[in-house]
Amino acid sequence: MARRAFELGATAGLGVAGLAAAMVLVPLIAVFFRAEVTSPLGPADWAAVRFTVIQAVISAALSVLLAIPVARALARRRFRGRTLLLALLGAPFILPTIVAVLGLLAVFGRAGLVSEALGVLGLPPIRIYGLHGIILAHVFFNLPLATRLILQGWLEVPSERFRLAGSLGLSAADINRLIERPILRATLPGAFLVIFLVCTTSFAVALALGGGPGATTIELAIYQAFTFDFDLDRAARLAVVQFAVAAFAAAAAFRFARFAALGGGLDRPVERWDARGPGARLRDALLIVAAALFLLVPLAMIVARGAAALPALPPVVWEAGLRSVAVALTSAFLATAAALAIAIAASRLARAPAALVEGAGYAALAVSPLVIGTGLFILLFPVANPFALALPVTALVNALMSLPFLLRALVPAVAETEARFGPLADSLGLRGRDRLRLVLLPRLRRPLGFSLGLAAALSMGDLGVVALFAPPGGGTLPLELYRLMGAYRMDDAAGAALLLLLLSLALFWVFDRGGRADAHP
Amino acid sequence: MRAPTLAAGLLAATPVLAQTPVLTVYTYDSFVTEWGPGPAVEAAFEEICRCDLRFVAAGDGAALLARLRLEGPRTEADVVLGLDTNLTAAAEATGLFVPHGMEGIALDLPMAWDDPVFLPFNWGYFAFVHDRETLPNPPASFHELAESEVSILIQDPRSSTPGLGLLLWVKAAYGEEAPVIWEGLSDNIVTVTKGWSEAYGLFLEGEADMVLSYTTSPAYHLIAEDDPSKAAAPFEEGHYMQIEVAGALASSDQPELARDFLAFMLTDAFQSVIPTTNWMYPAVIPEAGLPEGFSTLLVPETALIYPATEAQAARDEALAEWLDALSN
Repeated sequence: MARRAFELGATAGLGVAGLAAAMVLVPLIAVFFRAEVTSPLGPADWAAVRFTVIQAVISAALSVLLAIPVARALARRRFRGRTLLLALLGAPFILPTIVAVLGLLAVFGRAGLVSEALGVLGLPPIRIYGLHGIILAHVFFNLPLATRLILQGWLEVPSERFRLAGSLGLSAADINRLIERPILRATLPGAFLVIFLVCTTSFAVALALGGGPGATTIELAIYQAFTFDFDLDRAARLAVVQFAVAAFAAAAAFRFARFAALGGGLDRPVERWDARGPGARLRDALLIVAAALFLLVPLAMIVARGAAALPALPPVVWEAGLRSVAVALTSAFLATAAALAIAIAASRLARAPAALVEGAGYAALAVSPLVIGTGLFILLFPVANPFALALPVTALVNALMSLPFLLRALVPAVAETEARFGPLADSLGLRGRDRLRLVLLPRLRRPLGFSLGLAAALSMGDLGVVALFAPPGGGTLPLELYRLMGAYRMDDAAGAALLLLLLSLALFWVFDRGGRADAHP
Repeated sequence: MRAPTLAAGLLAATPVLAQTPVLTVYTYDSFVTEWGPGPAVEAAFEEICRCDLRFVAAGDGAALLARLRLEGPRTEADVVLGLDTNLTAAAEATGLFVPHGMEGIALDLPMAWDDPVFLPFNWGYFAFVHDRETLPNPPASFHELAESEVSILIQDPRSSTPGLGLLLWVKAAYGEEAPVIWEGLSDNIVTVTKGWSEAYGLFLEGEADMVLSYTTSPAYHLIAEDDPSKAAAPFEEGHYMQIEVAGALASSDQPELARDFLAFMLTDAFQSVIPTTNWMYPAVIPEAGLPEGFSTLLVPETALIYPATEAQAARDEALAEWLDALSN
């Protein structure tokens, strides 16, 4: 009887895992099938491959190198607002990419703050379009991630070790050699690879700041094959290459990376005995302030410029906002239900099948939204109007893309609840829906709220597959924002960016709060 | 006069409105902006057509054609407005368009018009536009430009008709030597934008010394802004000509309205708004003639253009060379 209950509990999860795997594999097969090797990649395609790898290597290296001193400073200093700043380092994850790009333009663009300051000094303004701009935006997004990953490693060192080093009177150089370097050796390769993976699949940044033949990533080239030439064969060939690059990066990242938990646990400063001098203190303070400014000023610019334009936004922007909220909510509930089903199945199956079910949920990490989008388009085009399906397809792909992050939150939570209450529930004969309602859901409120919020915010800010499918005038808010930027209506763009930012944060906050309210301790 | 119209409007707000036929016209972005021709054309046509004219901005001119290929016969569009003669052969080959069926049309184009499918609505010459104050001595040829430090903004020939025009301009002027010119220009290019609007917007923000636009662009600054500082730089090679066209789609559910719109396009109501909203030469000179500022504009001594039938082949070759030269 108990055995049968196990199987029933795992059925939904098995089905969902199968669906998730199919949603990755079927478009991939369609892409491979379409991409006949008869006409190989041209020189411009290879230039895109080269550019993708180069910008990802530079972006990842810069993010990691800059993150080392920032993480060190954050690890050993205590100051007011430290917890808030650490929480802020997690924010870029749910920040709509295109909003950040607009903020960066306001600071680093030709007419931005930095160029104006340079102009006062008689220096020429900086160029943000092309490689520089893409790297800048990628560092903006990934410096916080790298900082968190390295900080995690730092805080895993027992504080006794630093105290011992202090009592032994070790110099800063000794501490660096004996303690810090091993930490960095353990954390840096993983952080580098994770960021490299993120940068090889990033689309919105390249779309807004790249463009010309000299600054085209593979993702952008796929988009161009669609929108410039409607060359599905070429899109498919590029998608195969993109898959190869991303799958390689994903495999390497999985091998070396220790993914940081998305939750807290980083707010314990390390007592350092070697960094008490005023020089070290000043340097750490400057580093922390510089990092905070780098993250905050672009966002402040969006708020400052957008506030005036927000009330007067044209109706098309509000309509796009509504569509985006509908897509985000659909995607959030789909993804969370799927992640929960997989997590339950994983908790009840034996180790090997459990890993397989969970792995199916992670499969999406190896494919970019545009690769999936290309595959779906190839499949749908002969039988239906892909443009009429733009919003459902976007919601579905967004749900798939957020699944890996939700699994990280839900799988451990379900496993823990099952370990504590599972035997009791079994002895009471609680199965199926009753078990879900009475045992699991009440104890999973927090991770479920977090998952819904995260998936909604990620979907809200997504500018990927929708760019391929949306009919003119029928896109989501990020796409509308991109169009406003393209038409150089910068006031409206700032207003739309603020609206998008507020909606993303509000969705995350509402669900995350909802999960915390009268949650079980 | 106004009261009956209002009453009719109120009546029409009841279910009758749902039956008002809708004519969907895909066009390029700058056509539908509030300062572009879109609003005036829409008002003028709706006054006579008893229909709802909807302009849909679908990127720049060349992106329009890609969009149609993507959508195929399922497209919502009844008319496409904003292709040019460099694209008409490729557009006709899709089989998505129907002949306009009009005969004996009087046009004021610098060349004869015998395309059975597409009709022109305006034309102009491509040119690099600069500010006389910041760049008093602009380069006078592609060679000079390539050797100079002057920064330029251009458009992607795969998505934008001005970008494609520049590609064919260089090709028509230099033939086999075109790749060398592009090699030389590659370090002058600040960025390659997807459409004309982006590039011109960036130029006005001061992102570069020159932008690829039209000899007629300075008229906008002169007439609308009373600013005589912008000028088009004359190039020794001559200037490539652009004739912008519209065509009706075979898949349209409003074929008669679509034909009516094409005919309306060549009437005074449409043509008279072109010079001061789209800032191009109208295909039919309006009764009131051209606006005053137009006489001050650069008129190239040599006009270059590929016949529509040869443009496609020239484009493919030139595009491959362009991609090669700029992707390194």
